[in-house]
Amino acid sequence: MSGGVDSSVTALLLKEQGYDVVGVFMKNWDDTDENGMCTATEDYKDVALVANKIGVPYYSINFEKEYWDKVFAYFLEEYKNGRTPNPDVMCNKEIKFKAFLDYAMSLGADYVATGHYARVSRDEDGTTHLLRGVDSNKDQTYFLNQLSQDQLSKVMFPLGEMDKSEVRRIAEEADLATARKKDSTGICFIGEKDFKQFLMNYLPAQPGNMVTEDGEVMGKHDGLMYYTIGQRKGLGIGGNGTSNEPWFVIGKNMENNELIVGQGFTHTHLYATHLTASQFTFTTEKERPETFSCTAKFRYRQSDVGVTVHLNKEDNTARVEFDEPARAITPGQAIVFYDGDECLGGGTIDKAFKESELLQYV
Amino acid sequence: MENYIYLDHAATTPMHPEVIDVMTEAMTSSYGNASSTHRIGRVSKGILEEARAVLAASINAASNEIVMTSGGTESDNMAIINTAVKYSSVGKHIITTNVEHAAVKEPLKQLERNGFEVTVLPVNKEGSITIQQVKEAIREDTILVTVIYGNNEIGTLMPITEIGEYLLTLDHKVVFHTDAVQAYGTEDIHVKDQHIDMLSVSSHKINGPKGLGFLYVSDELSIPGLILGGQQENKRRAGTENIPGIAGFKRAVEIRQANKPQLKKDYQKLKNRCIVLLEESDLKFEVNGSVENSLPHILSVHIKGVEADKLLIHLDLAGVAVSIGSACSAGNVEPSHVLQAIHSKAHPAIEETIRFSFGYGVTEADIEAAVQKLAKAVKFLA
Repeated sequence: MSGGVDSSVTALLLKEQGYDVVGVFMKNWDDTDENGMCTATEDYKDVALVANKIGVPYYSINFEKEYWDKVFAYFLEEYKNGRTPNPDVMCNKEIKFKAFLDYAMSLGADYVATGHYARVSRDEDGTTHLLRGVDSNKDQTYFLNQLSQDQLSKVMFPLGEMDKSEVRRIAEEADLATARKKDSTGICFIGEKDFKQFLMNYLPAQPGNMVTEDGEVMGKHDGLMYYTIGQRKGLGIGGNGTSNEPWFVIGKNMENNELIVGQGFTHTHLYATHLTASQFTFTTEKERPETFSCTAKFRYRQSDVGVTVHLNKEDNTARVEFDEPARAITPGQAIVFYDGDECLGGGTIDKAFKESELLQYV
Repeated sequence: MENYIYLDHAATTPMHPEVIDVMTEAMTSSYGNASSTHRIGRVSKGILEEARAVLAASINAASNEIVMTSGGTESDNMAIINTAVKYSSVGKHIITTNVEHAAVKEPLKQLERNGFEVTVLPVNKEGSITIQQVKEAIREDTILVTVIYGNNEIGTLMPITEIGEYLLTLDHKVVFHTDAVQAYGTEDIHVKDQHIDMLSVSSHKINGPKGLGFLYVSDELSIPGLILGGQQENKRRAGTENIPGIAGFKRAVEIRQANKPQLKKDYQKLKNRCIVLLEESDLKFEVNGSVENSLPHILSVHIKGVEADKLLIHLDLAGVAVSIGSACSAGNVEPSHVLQAIHSKAHPAIEETIRFSFGYGVTEADIEAAVQKLAKAVKFLA
């Protein structure tokens, strides 16, 4: 239980269904400020209110060290390499459904339930399938793509069949303290803080030039790590160039510390025909052919695109070809495969290509 | 809370039914302000002064030496901060130990930030200091010695009488304060014989209401108040007195005083029984601190190889309340400074210790059931 409305309702629903529910709050990050204020402390108060209201015991556990080692270190390392990490994917894989799941099992739990918008369905043969949440706007399978069959076999997602609005309604009706609590946004450890400012505390920023593909200097950037492929906001270039179209980040040159910018949302350099990715895991243990077609998402809340996957089982890498050119493929983000409603698994994007040309994204 | 086994009486205690009765009565009929001249005010004043006499007698002090406070923490704060303020022209050196409660530790830290010098005596393996350590630490500018009477985490008793006697032999006055919050319920305290200048007590550790305590201040001292305002408590503690609470506190002290020798024996018996049962259940464990030189109601045990936080949850889900070394909220766990003091900074006992503490209503059958559940949980976690 995070102190948010989703996990609150999750606990309530399971309790109503007759499960023996134990609420657990995880503290993964310490953001105590000089006044002693800490987000976790405030959230924990909401856990207490909700758990007492629905009549379940609750406890808090600390995974700050695990989170730092497994998620935050990875997060920094990826930024250092000019990539855009996805800490939520890593947190699910290493913390929520590993460290925390293990902890829950050691307390004698049969399942771990979370407020994710996703579904699991269990076959007669014992296989658990990860399915998209019914609320397509909220579906969180993208972040759960790295879960293994072993992990999935021990999870429950009671909100998967619901719309967010229904979750809020249930919370209101049950008079839960979190019914109207604002959804958390952004990366959990950064919260509402300024992202640049946050990152600057951990990684030295190296300002450099913003250049066009032809090498024309258009301005200064604050450090390559602050920019993502396809980004428009915060470039501060206006009116210059060959048209009135806005400027976008279309590439990075790590060697020269240059941010490559180009004009127009549909800039040709933003479109890739295929990508390579690594660290693939699949949600079931079903044998995969080396080549198969399915749909894929390479960022959260994006519509699926048709792809053909060429899997290299030796090293868990793949070459993924798009049916149509895809815009702003971002190294470091997850590529996630679907077969209809089922999330098949995914990997981490390394490189994007336009035909035979490597797009200079990192 | 049927069948719930509460073994965390060092954290706080349930109120004695008689305490609840007198408080209910006081809440109903004695709503007056003890500072008021009129009749209903005088009723409250009467309750207040009768209580003060009972509290004073319980430690062999005089009534005018008792200052009502909001609890042990306020008593400790007042004793330490205001002694330092009062005597700062004489000296700025204070002596304490490394196993004090946070209510002593934190005020001392603040004094350090404000130019006072604090010598922190390290305890031995048992959790106690020796009088020799105090002698060696004493300086001409020492103004205060503050030492916990009996430790709240491991129960170890300190040589309070010896320290009091020794300080008396010095050429200059060194104020002696002791935090007796845990010890008050079972130990025979005689502030005059033991030469204690200030002593902190809390009501809720002895089946009284929460939010009340007292500070004994020897009438040979004149320590200013911490909470400023009205003239209550001889100007040493402003604020309208909590008369129903004070009535309950008085009753709790009366019950305690009448039963102390028996309670002491009962708790010691429970403690011994608990140790025997632990031995019989084949658990690998070690008692932290000392079994003999210890408060009878506290038993701190290092259960080897088992994470205490998980054990606590298992026991709680099985209906047994114990405590682990240190308080934890919102996932923040501070390693216990007491366990670190008697072991070492990274000793396994720090993560693997649970504390049983006994009190009103605890039976031998409770201990048997608790140890049985503990053994089951340990087996599950192994």
